[in-house]
Amino acid sequence: MLNLTPDFILIQFFNGLAYSLLLFLLAAGLSIIFGMMDVMNLAHGSFYMLGAYTGYSIARATSSFWLALFIAPLIVGLVGFGIERMLLRPLKGRGHLDQVLLTFGLALVVADFVRAVPGWGGEVHAFPPPIELAGSIPFGSGQYPIYRLFAIGVGLLLAAILGLIISRTQIGAIVRAGVADAEMVGGLGINISLVFSIVFAVGAGLAAFGGVMTAPIVSLVPGMDARTLIAALIVVVVGGLGTLRGAFWGSLLIGEVDTFGRALLPDYALFFIYGIMVGVLLLRPTGLFGRKT
Amino acid sequence: MSNMSITRREFLRKLALGVGATAVVPLLQACATPATPTTAPVVATAVPTVPAVVSPTVLKPSASFKLGSILPYTKVYAGLGESITNAMTLYFESVNYTAGGRKIEWVKEDEENDAQISLRKLSKLIDQDKIDMFTGIVSTAVLYAVRDPLNDAKMPTVISNGGGNLLTRKGTKGTAVGRYSPYIFRASFSSYQISSPLGDWVAKNVSKKVAICASNYGFGTESAADFKATFTAAGGTIVGNDILPPLGTTDFAAFLPQIQATNAEAVYSFFSGSDALSYVKQFDQFGLKKTMKIVGAGFMTESDVLPGQGASALDAYTSLHWSTELDNPENKAFMDAYAKKFPGKDVDVFAMQGFDAARVIVEALNKVQGDTSNKDKFLEAIRGVSFNSPRGKFAFDPKTQNVINQIYFRQVKQSGGKYVNAIIGKTDQPILDPENM
Repeated sequence: MLNLTPDFILIQFFNGLAYSLLLFLLAAGLSIIFGMMDVMNLAHGSFYMLGAYTGYSIARATSSFWLALFIAPLIVGLVGFGIERMLLRPLKGRGHLDQVLLTFGLALVVADFVRAVPGWGGEVHAFPPPIELAGSIPFGSGQYPIYRLFAIGVGLLLAAILGLIISRTQIGAIVRAGVADAEMVGGLGINISLVFSIVFAVGAGLAAFGGVMTAPIVSLVPGMDARTLIAALIVVVVGGLGTLRGAFWGSLLIGEVDTFGRALLPDYALFFIYGIMVGVLLLRPTGLFGRKT
Repeated sequence: MSNMSITRREFLRKLALGVGATAVVPLLQACATPATPTTAPVVATAVPTVPAVVSPTVLKPSASFKLGSILPYTKVYAGLGESITNAMTLYFESVNYTAGGRKIEWVKEDEENDAQISLRKLSKLIDQDKIDMFTGIVSTAVLYAVRDPLNDAKMPTVISNGGGNLLTRKGTKGTAVGRYSPYIFRASFSSYQISSPLGDWVAKNVSKKVAICASNYGFGTESAADFKATFTAAGGTIVGNDILPPLGTTDFAAFLPQIQATNAEAVYSFFSGSDALSYVKQFDQFGLKKTMKIVGAGFMTESDVLPGQGASALDAYTSLHWSTELDNPENKAFMDAYAKKFPGKDVDVFAMQGFDAARVIVEALNKVQGDTSNKDKFLEAIRGVSFNSPRGKFAFDPKTQNVINQIYFRQVKQSGGKYVNAIIGKTDQPILDPENM
């Protein structure tokens, strides 16, 4: 077996943290969107992928990673806003199956679209991190890339900001109320359909932000949307629907278990996270932090 | 309305939706159409200077020659499928899609890196499209899956990538069975040809203390085994356990510390495609490059990933049956023509293989003057094909029907502002894949 040295454990913990925070960015959007709008957005992975590829093109055109990091999520957020208004709105009240089919179809369309765009295509693309963050710092007997530490920092910051918004601001209160009972919120005179569109757009933007952030680590690969979406869906099931706290702790759990699983027993790694999901479904079906309806 | 009629209507509607949904998914899977490769608008000019092959006159108009191919246009190997298709298109256009007096009709299907899906598409090609010949296959797993249907259908086949050793071998060894078929030819390589010479060369020129890190699938583990055999025979020692990340790993952070812990001087690394891109970059980012060298099969630093790897790939030693730096007239002509027709797409070894595969098909057809009714004669024609390829001399080993490959040893260097696989050595003799298991 291998040496479970403190070095090894620490490195894997940080790797897991970076992965967890990426999952959080996707799961947060997924969870809130489902909690509020009752829509299981299977196109969420597509927003993640679109963010990465759009960021890639922006970075290539402007030679600035930072511009890509801020502009790509805005663009994808706008796309998300448009999708919610034009595609999801007409399907309101039609039941989960219709929405799943729509968002699944959307995911397929986006995947094909990405393949067709010249410059994106079906190849693998490297996305270099900004020069300022491209180095490594000494870590135990080896080194650790600075960029990953940066990604962890930004992820934690975003999680804190989102948490504060949700719990301390009025818009956060509206979102929480919307998760609890959307119709009632509409009845209070708040333009609930606009809130829906904004929430969907923010979810898409968060996923896109995650895409740009992790692109320097995992590169742009066809199929990246499906892989990450599945992990994010597991997080949402484990953490609970409609809860930001659930998305956070769920991603931490799944991210760390998956990372350690792959490091220690790569062939069984998937088993661990699916096992957790099954366990949660059996023992606490609404998720660790989900509300019992 | 009573409660009962509402629920019944609802129930029927939901049932219909459910049936529709379950029908849609497999339909979508089966109908996945391949993307057309990103070619520049086809203007019938760019022609490589290959020796002109004159089609002999035929007495009666003959039916077109149907060529079926399965190559990946989606998922992890999409770039390879695109390269091979581009180069085949390049070659076929140079002969105006005509060989032996017949028009070549090419039906393309997407491999999707999935054996089950490819098997279904192969059935469609053989039974519905009634192809006369088959080519393609990038993934070794898919290769082994389609071997039997191709053999059973007695389909003349030219494989343009899949390098699994078993394909062209005979006999058995333990539980492994040689899959040689008289109908299947391979114009690319076998993993043995690439990794076996490397073991001996590394022991003599790089280091005798090597760790193994290979992608955990057939091609990876096979290549690692071939490397180990000649490496240890030449006096080298393998340190630590083999580290085998699953295929498709994007984040090697879980494995790199393990490699470091072996304290080896060099790491035999087998990765290709997106795995190779991430691995080489992260090998550098996690500091392993400071104390360890990377050696491996050439796919790890091929043109599909080398520009992205950049400085992280510098000094990596690889072995392959080709390099962009190979200095012969056919290679220069091929690379120029490819660059002209597909600007913005780097030429790579996969394109070279596709180019050769297309030429094999055309030359064989010319040899039998388009008459493929006598299958044995057609197979014999394929077996006897020989020409000057960008890789050097091209010829099949008649015993295995696997191409004979001169193997080059390369090192990643900077040249003219780009990173290239400079050739620093080669095997004394061209390498044949062993006939028996």
